[in-house]
Amino acid sequence: MIGNAIHIENVSKNFGSVKALDNVSLDVSRGEIYGLLGPDGAGKTTLFRILTTLMLPDSGKAMVCGFDTTKDYARIRRTAGYMPGRFSLYPDLSVEENLKFFASLFGGKVSDNFDMVAPIYNQLAPFKNRRAANLSGGMKQKLALCCALIHRPEILFLDEPTTGVDAVSRSEFWDILSDIKQTGMPIFVSTPYMDEASRCDRISLINSGKILETGTLEDILRRNSMPLLAVKGDNNYRTLLALREAAGVKTAFLSGEYIHVFTDSLCTPESLASIEGVSEVKAINPDIEDVFIKIMGNGSN
Amino acid sequence: MAATEVITADRLTKRFGNFTAVDAISFKVTRGEIFGFLGANGAGKSTAMRMLCGLSMPTSGRATVAGYDIATQSEMVKRHIGYMSQKFSLYGELTVRQNIALFAGIYGLKKLEIKERCASLAESLDFTEEMDMPVSILPLGQQQKLSFSVATIHNPDIVFLDEPTGGVDPITRRQFWELIYKKAAEGTTVFVTTHYMDEAEYCGRVSIMVDGCIKALDTPSELKKEFKAQNMDEVFRSLARKAQRQ
Repeated sequence: MIGNAIHIENVSKNFGSVKALDNVSLDVSRGEIYGLLGPDGAGKTTLFRILTTLMLPDSGKAMVCGFDTTKDYARIRRTAGYMPGRFSLYPDLSVEENLKFFASLFGGKVSDNFDMVAPIYNQLAPFKNRRAANLSGGMKQKLALCCALIHRPEILFLDEPTTGVDAVSRSEFWDILSDIKQTGMPIFVSTPYMDEASRCDRISLINSGKILETGTLEDILRRNSMPLLAVKGDNNYRTLLALREAAGVKTAFLSGEYIHVFTDSLCTPESLASIEGVSEVKAINPDIEDVFIKIMGNGSN
Repeated sequence: MAATEVITADRLTKRFGNFTAVDAISFKVTRGEIFGFLGANGAGKSTAMRMLCGLSMPTSGRATVAGYDIATQSEMVKRHIGYMSQKFSLYGELTVRQNIALFAGIYGLKKLEIKERCASLAESLDFTEEMDMPVSILPLGQQQKLSFSVATIHNPDIVFLDEPTGGVDPITRRQFWELIYKKAAEGTTVFVTTHYMDEAEYCGRVSIMVDGCIKALDTPSELKKEFKAQNMDEVFRSLARKAQRQ
């Protein structure tokens, strides 16, 4: 669809015998925060490189703001703001110099579009003479975002912007993205952290180059709802081993303070509660991580 | 019960010039415990951990690790700990077997012991032909499980894990925590840092550092009760928001 911010149709990319992307299709609407969730090596960065015209797909096609990533790559490079996962700042340049540099790459000055970055940059202003190398993780991330926005892009690509950043800075960063979204800018963002799904309008789960699920978090949880028990023991490791021996237990996995247990009809909360050492059993709704595991398991069978 | 205390820190402090990176922290970790060491970027976690590993001298205060004083017996501390970081743990060009032999050799294991450990690790990690493949071609999840096994190859009293599970898929992550629980059940103390609060929920007790001080220390359930929070993320944010340092 021409009206979509991103349209990806059957995109595949191989590196030797590795299928980095395997027939990927998805659409991002204008004005939404779209999250691509998956572990390292799932294919997230490859997809970002194709969308930002840094790499060609082996097959399939991708459109960004109505432009074809293969034929109209020059247009997309002017149109898109891109914050790569690893390196995007010059460590020896100051905060201010980095911003100036990125503005000049697009033939402009910082003042041309300062309103785009003002709310974020003002938090960095006290450190504008500090070299980027000496910024904290959270501040580096904010500066990188400013540099991706300073040419007033029509769409924002953020590849793992919150990796390695503490919980407070992560939460502030997502607040900033919500503010940017209010301006109507579509945001395509990747993350290996399942708990960030709740900050996105829609998400796709990706693993081994394949899209496993797409939708709002609520839809995905509803579609994949299944009975799940959370069990806690005096010693969770011993309880885990005991649960795996118990009748009717299909799988038992550690999950934080609890053990998540999938059971068949032979098994009741009462029968689990009677296992020695078990102190608590409760029925819970699966979270996005449980769903991811379930779908990954289906894929490998 | 001094024998069960694997780490004791008593007003442990580190200053750089007039900057106090770690400000008189005191805590104890007991044998077989899984202890989560949390804090925002710049709170002083890494500096504290470097001191506990015998890599940095405290300015004042004292600490013992595995019964050795970190200031006066740092070499003995290093022999009795294991360390794993997400960033660097294994040599990618070397095979699995070569990595195991290298690290086991560094920790002074004998040839015969190294051979035995290779065999038992191959079994517990379910490796067959992987043993003779370069580490770099293994999936990330397997690399991380191997790193953990290598970091504990000399059966240390305590293993320090610096953000061990970043970026791995959820199945591998839960399997990785199972390895950690298994090792702890065998009596190894586990000291973990992480930025991801759902990870903190796996720990027996958790400390939260803000501006060089430990502001909270308890089990995840007690902390959630105390801060009237749904999860550890809320606990962490309500404390770390008050940080003054940038």
